[in-house]
Amino acid sequence: MNIHEYQAKQVLKGFGAPVAAGVAITSADEAEAAAKALPGPLYVVKSQIHAGGRGKGKFKELPADAKGGVRLAFSIEDVVKNAKEMLGNTLVTAQTGDAGKQVNRLYIEDGADIARELYCSLLVDRGTGRLSFVVSTEGGMDIEAVAHDTPEKIVTIDIDPVAGVTDANIAEINTALKLDGAAAQDGETLFPTLYRAFVEKDMSMLEINPLIVMENGRLRVLDAKVSFDGNALFRHPDVLALRDETEEDPKEIEASKYDLAYVALDGDIGCMVNGAGLAMATMDIIKLYGKEPANFLDVGGGASKEKVTAAFKIITSDPNVRGILVNIFGGIMRCDVIAEGVVAAVKEVGLKVPLVVRLEGTNVDLGKKILNESGLAITAADDLDDAAQKIVAAVG
Amino acid sequence: MSILVNKDTKVIVQGLTGKTGTFHTEQALRYYGTKMVGGVHPKKGGELWHGSEEETLPIFASVAEAKDATGADASVIYVPPAGAADAIIEAIEAEIPFITCITEGIPVLDMVRVKARLEKSKSRLLGPNCPGILTPEECKIGIMPGSIFKKGNVGIVSRSGTLTYEAVFQTTNEGLGQTTAVGIGGDPVKGTEFIDVLELFLADPETTSIIMIGEIGGGAEEDAAQFLIDEAKKGRKKPMAGFIAGRTAPKGRTMGHAGAVVSGGKGDAESKIAAMEAAGIRVSPSPARLGSTLVEVLKG
Repeated sequence: MNIHEYQAKQVLKGFGAPVAAGVAITSADEAEAAAKALPGPLYVVKSQIHAGGRGKGKFKELPADAKGGVRLAFSIEDVVKNAKEMLGNTLVTAQTGDAGKQVNRLYIEDGADIARELYCSLLVDRGTGRLSFVVSTEGGMDIEAVAHDTPEKIVTIDIDPVAGVTDANIAEINTALKLDGAAAQDGETLFPTLYRAFVEKDMSMLEINPLIVMENGRLRVLDAKVSFDGNALFRHPDVLALRDETEEDPKEIEASKYDLAYVALDGDIGCMVNGAGLAMATMDIIKLYGKEPANFLDVGGGASKEKVTAAFKIITSDPNVRGILVNIFGGIMRCDVIAEGVVAAVKEVGLKVPLVVRLEGTNVDLGKKILNESGLAITAADDLDDAAQKIVAAVG
Repeated sequence: MSILVNKDTKVIVQGLTGKTGTFHTEQALRYYGTKMVGGVHPKKGGELWHGSEEETLPIFASVAEAKDATGADASVIYVPPAGAADAIIEAIEAEIPFITCITEGIPVLDMVRVKARLEKSKSRLLGPNCPGILTPEECKIGIMPGSIFKKGNVGIVSRSGTLTYEAVFQTTNEGLGQTTAVGIGGDPVKGTEFIDVLELFLADPETTSIIMIGEIGGGAEEDAAQFLIDEAKKGRKKPMAGFIAGRTAPKGRTMGHAGAVVSGGKGDAESKIAAMEAAGIRVSPSPARLGSTLVEVLKG
């Protein structure tokens, strides 16, 4: 689960990390009061959307030479003027896709005098099964580009989960970031603090880009991106309260209510599959036969008839869907349960597009019988290849 | 021969008394009499578990007690996500040699904690978020459908449950059959990796070919490919077919499995396919042609 920058900074501030003073606003009327609450005379007006690349992003509704989604302001009037220009408009960045994202919230922040921009992130290293700090002196830019062009400037430091962040780890990070004096002292508290925040809140990613050394030699978290482990939300109601559903696809929100793994895509063949690997492979085989999948949907291992019905409704609610492929290889999942769910859903919402169903595994004969006896216009497929070819042909 | 489990493997169940644990324990008992020898429940020690066909198993209050009483050398875990990590750690502390965790949805930092305990232990962990392991006609641990298996010579290892079934089904239909199928699971931090299983398949004389199924996210397939290249230099090599799921997955989105995400420019399907092909694995473009691709490889 992702959150906004201003929320990430509040979370980190709660653990004692150095962040600037700031105020989040949702209407331009609030801009003046927000700016007045800050020391000035330099302010930063930052679009709050769940996507990176905001500074270099462009507003769809504004002229091409207008400034991006993160702007400096040099007076209270300037803050208000920028807020009016940005709020409600659509920001297109390298990460939003062409459709862009509407900016419904701004974060007005106290400006800082920047001496150096650094990169610092914490993540779970799959290779070692440990948390790792990934740091670089090359902050403020796309870290993937740094990794590609100058990989030697990225340093990874593994943390032993039993010992936590040790003095030796801190020294390594400080050295990698070339921190000394007050900044190095700040590092001694900041890096263990970030680790503690990550572990206590079950984050899956914490990225500070940039972490800055200010003209006064102190460290500050200038931007913060935090994601939380969806599997750990059950023990963090405070984190769950930070969720902004306006940032998510409505179909994905609906799917999450039924515990379905669903990702909306751009194609026209809807898929309902059990198992994440098979669901991805089903998308791949549709593409292999020349069509594009409309979604990823894993109904999971223990799906009930109700869950299958909900999944079917979500797929058919997508206006781009011109055909549906149901691909089930039953292990835990019984084919008869899937068949009953599909039949119930079709009876409830109707079937306006071709439907191809491939069933295999536990109770497959019973599942096929239920489909056959339903009297519905369902095309049965013998195997995955046959299923993919049939749905692609049906959509034409 | 087979790897990791066979007809003599004695299995206890952590989370036996729940609906999932009960269903799959019944299935295991009915699969060539897999030696399911007991269950664990902290409050139901001393009671009996009853299956739907009059089967019974003793329930013990702890894994250690169950191991002492039954001589179990394997454990399978169906405990819900919030308690699953502690269940694994209990099995590690009881020195169960082979632990399989089926549970999906365990917080990743819980698995970081488990992994640290595992390092200095006497146990091997398979999973979590995996379908388990099955040696045809001998032993079924986990949730794989036994009916699609056939005793044979193909070793199968996969990060995906249902794609494991595809590989099993297709190799059965091709008449090849399997030595053992191993689902290593879809989580980012897990016990057994591709390399561990490939090592066992290379060492097993009855396994004469291997299917390896990966998916987007992480670098385990690339690590496995390098391992195979290094082993081939030592003269250890077996014919292999493979598949990578997620060629069409968008960047930055988690595709169902917590570990299936292309992030930070790493873990995309193309680099994995390239690495596997460089290691001599014939990678099928279609998940429907895993079996036929292996047959082509075997024909040379």
